[in-house]
Amino acid sequence: MAATTTVTRSLPALPEGWSADKDFKPITKITASSQRTIEPVGPHFLAHARRARHKRTFSEDDRIQAQESAKKIEKDDESDESEPEDPMMLQREAKDWKSQDHYQVLGITKYRWKATEDQIKRAHRKKVLKHHPDKKAAQGSSEDDSFFKCIQKATEVLLDPVKRRQFDSIDEKADVEPPSKKESGKNFYKLWSRVFKAESRFSKQQPVPMFGDANSTKEEVDNFYNFWYNFDSWRTFEYLDEDVPDDNENRGQKRHMERKNANARSKKKAEDNARLRKMLDDCSAADERIKRFRQEANAAKNKKKNDKEAAEKKAKEDARLKKEAEEKAAKEAEEKAKVDREANKKAKEAAKTAVKKNKRILKGSVKDANYFASGDATAAQVDAVLNDVDLIQGKIDPDEIAALAGKLNGLKVADEIKGVWSGEVKRLVGAGKLKDGEAKSLV
Amino acid sequence: MAEKGGNKLGVSPDERCAIGISFGNSYSSIASTIDDSPVVIANEDGDRQIPTILSYIDGEEYTGNQAKAMLIRNPSNTVVSFKDFLGQDFKSIDPTHCHAAAHPEDVSGTVSFKIQDKGEKEASTLSVSEVSTRYIRRLVQSATDYLGKKVTSAVIAVPTNFSKKQREALVKAANDADLEVLQLINEPIASVLAYDARPEAKLEDKIIVVAELGGTRSDVAVVASRGGLYTILATAHDYEFAGVHLDKVLMDHFAQEFMKKNPNVDPRENARSLAKLKAESEAAKKSLSIGTNANFSVESLAEGIDFQMTINRLRYETIARKVFDGFNRLVEGVIKKAGLDVLDIDEVILSGGTSHTPRIASNFRSLFPDTTTIQAPSTNPNAINPSELQPRGAALQASLIQEYETEDIEQSTHAALTTVKHITNAIGVICVSDDGTETFTRIIAPETAVPARRTVHVAAPKDGGDVLVKIVEGGTHIKVTKPEPKAKDNSAKDEDDSDFDDSEEEEEEHREKVWKIGTTLAEAAVKGVKEGGKVEVTINVANDLSATITTREVGGKGGVRGNLKPA
Ligand SMILES: Nc1ncnc2c1ncn2[C@@H]1O[C@H](COP(=O)(O)OP(=O)(O)OP(=O)(O)O)[C@@H](O)[C@H]1O
Repeated sequence: MAATTTVTRSLPALPEGWSADKDFKPITKITASSQRTIEPVGPHFLAHARRARHKRTFSEDDRIQAQESAKKIEKDDESDESEPEDPMMLQREAKDWKSQDHYQVLGITKYRWKATEDQIKRAHRKKVLKHHPDKKAAQGSSEDDSFFKCIQKATEVLLDPVKRRQFDSIDEKADVEPPSKKESGKNFYKLWSRVFKAESRFSKQQPVPMFGDANSTKEEVDNFYNFWYNFDSWRTFEYLDEDVPDDNENRGQKRHMERKNANARSKKKAEDNARLRKMLDDCSAADERIKRFRQEANAAKNKKKNDKEAAEKKAKEDARLKKEAEEKAAKEAEEKAKVDREANKKAKEAAKTAVKKNKRILKGSVKDANYFASGDATAAQVDAVLNDVDLIQGKIDPDEIAALAGKLNGLKVADEIKGVWSGEVKRLVGAGKLKDGEAKSLV
Repeated sequence: MAEKGGNKLGVSPDERCAIGISFGNSYSSIASTIDDSPVVIANEDGDRQIPTILSYIDGEEYTGNQAKAMLIRNPSNTVVSFKDFLGQDFKSIDPTHCHAAAHPEDVSGTVSFKIQDKGEKEASTLSVSEVSTRYIRRLVQSATDYLGKKVTSAVIAVPTNFSKKQREALVKAANDADLEVLQLINEPIASVLAYDARPEAKLEDKIIVVAELGGTRSDVAVVASRGGLYTILATAHDYEFAGVHLDKVLMDHFAQEFMKKNPNVDPRENARSLAKLKAESEAAKKSLSIGTNANFSVESLAEGIDFQMTINRLRYETIARKVFDGFNRLVEGVIKKAGLDVLDIDEVILSGGTSHTPRIASNFRSLFPDTTTIQAPSTNPNAINPSELQPRGAALQASLIQEYETEDIEQSTHAALTTVKHITNAIGVICVSDDGTETFTRIIAPETAVPARRTVHVAAPKDGGDVLVKIVEGGTHIKVTKPEPKAKDNSAKDEDDSDFDDSEEEEEEHREKVWKIGTTLAEAAVKGVKEGGKVEVTINVANDLSATITTREVGGKGGVRGNLKPA
């Protein structure tokens, strides 16, 4: 094809980082194709043939092989098998067309309301080929064309969408009777599915929700019954009208008949609606799914209620326990604080006593050492030593006092006592708590 | 599909004078190409639609409208509607349309007619093949007279469901009339060719519905036209809604009107009255295709009573609605059978005599989206006369192949050449629209026969630079948008009350065809495209579905080239 089309929408920019060998990246193959027949007609075909043939010749076998691989477009009518013709049906008269089963006449009872227009046309043609009176006459049999007229009538009705609906409306053979309680037991879903499938032919709204089975969800089942309880049906009952006289003379009679028919139609329509409603009531009453859903709903509801009560109870209990625990903890804490306080007091007192005792040891030690005097200590000597002891006591904490007391306790020899004291003074001077030269008397 | 035996006559290419023939059950036509353009030839009566009827009276042979007139006076020696019987045994024919003429008979399975063709004394038994030969001989004679040169050969259009046996029988009947059959071609394709061969026609890939609405049957085909190659995707054949059924509607109408004035005289109950009623009803029907009124006037319609009335088109369209609706359903059905939607159809060609009817064309007009071309006289002033499409197409094909040796025609139309792979999905390139979304742009249409080669030029981004050529497969789906329940628009209320009338229509859902991007086949880069530049992308798919993709800047040098492996 030579002509080039131009597209105004633009190509995308090359994404950052795109790269390929020679700027081309093959990714997949073209999706598999079907073999079809091109028509050997027109200048472009002849050009194709010239290219494709290239001085080759093909045999009959090639033809057969090629044709077999090509997708079939024309379907041979032989494919649908014929239904046997009931001899009683062949005796029918076209004037009784109202009572005739048009689908049976055309041999498509297995389709009925499901028959496509194409199937009806093909069925009609087959019957025409078989029953045309001119053919029968040509073959020497009787010129009876009554059944042929039945065929024409059937086709006329079934190929007219309005008339076909009128007939389908009263085609009882397409009805599926609702199962009795007994029957429906085990095959409940299968049997009722069939019923609703047949019934669905009258629905203005298509597609119609399926009946489903035991595993359908609540939503599906609700949807189904909602649809059917609000069923919008095109079913009409004109087909059962009584004949209205055609002549103009008897106008009164005509009008009377028309009114009678109109009444009959609406009565039948009302009856039909009632029938459907009753059927739905029966079906839903026996529908285990609905029972189950109700139970489940109840159980769920009860569970909710119980859960709520339990939760409330638990909350109360929890609150109570919590309060108790809190009270207990508070009390315990209080008691502990009291004990602690007392212990603290005792300890403090003990410490105080210990300090007093230790101080006594300290002072006792210098006394034992005779205030480091050789001979009787002078009052000044005693004072100086005791002042320095006081000084040191003031600089150190009770633990240090205790430690010092520990070292001094039991010592009786003055030099040893002095040694301890002078060590202590040195320590304190080292720690910077005493200035060099202070507590001289103890060194 | 050159049938075996077409060359029995051994005509050599330089002796040939070839015509195109449309051979219908109701009407036939002959056409020839004069200076490459097809011309439908009028017979000696000046008719271009020549009734397919053969009649004898006093040993004299009549065809066309002269024979048709005999249906009133001499029906039993008048053969009508016989073409479909060719190549069929008696068991499988539908004799319906022969009822008011010679009846087909069963001569050991062969369909035959008993006709007094040599005067009143004796009757001959003529097989349908013999009847066809005699009729074709007359057609050829008319063409020869017109062209001033002995017609030796023809291309004949046949229905797509014509069986092998029927095709062979037709070739034989033609050969017996000293006519070489160069090729039998399918009727819808003849019609498509007639349109495609017009000088102003553009070669485009499109899906065409050809509705051939004839006298006794309606045939519809969905055809993929790809680079001038035609593939039939689906067909439907219908014998319940056709020209005769429209005649019947008018016959019943006129008969009832007649009976209002003449109670108890039913013109349908007497063969001769019925024939008159039928002839005049058909004439009125044709008038109603052109005018808005038609006259129905028959002298001595029944029991010596003359009858005259007029009918207007509206009335006709009302009483014929069932038949018209049938055509719509037939067309919808075959589109569905092809797995397509009305939105996929680019063109509808109305072919055959019944396609003159304006109402049928306007019904199709509303069935299809506005983008679909409806080729019918009443919807398109440039449409070709629907009665002439098949003969024109056949004549065009005849002129294309008449120079070939018979052997060459047979080999060139061989199934080994016509059975080819067709691409399943469309192949195209990704483009970006203004809002930045990626869209599929088709390069090769689905159902294109391979080998196939297509080229497109695509704009580069405004500023040029490096561009990505991403080759992908694409499919379509139908997007249905339900209209938003329209909030009452009060704003314009007091000024403008005029537009409440179309509220009904606006309720309708909106359907559109949208492309879906499928699998990526390949990516290529075209670098350094100039500002405002364009990129050329060519895809070449070979017989084995391997493909070569080439792309470059339009006007630029070099380019990128890569291959895809066979499927
Ligand atoms: N102008 C017209 N308006 C309406 N109908 C027409 C017109 N011209 C012809 N016809 C009708 O078209 C029908 C014939 O169509 P066509 O010429 O295509 O016949 P055909 O191919 O022989 O058909 P078939 O093989 O189906 O019988 C007849 O019913 C005829 O009355």
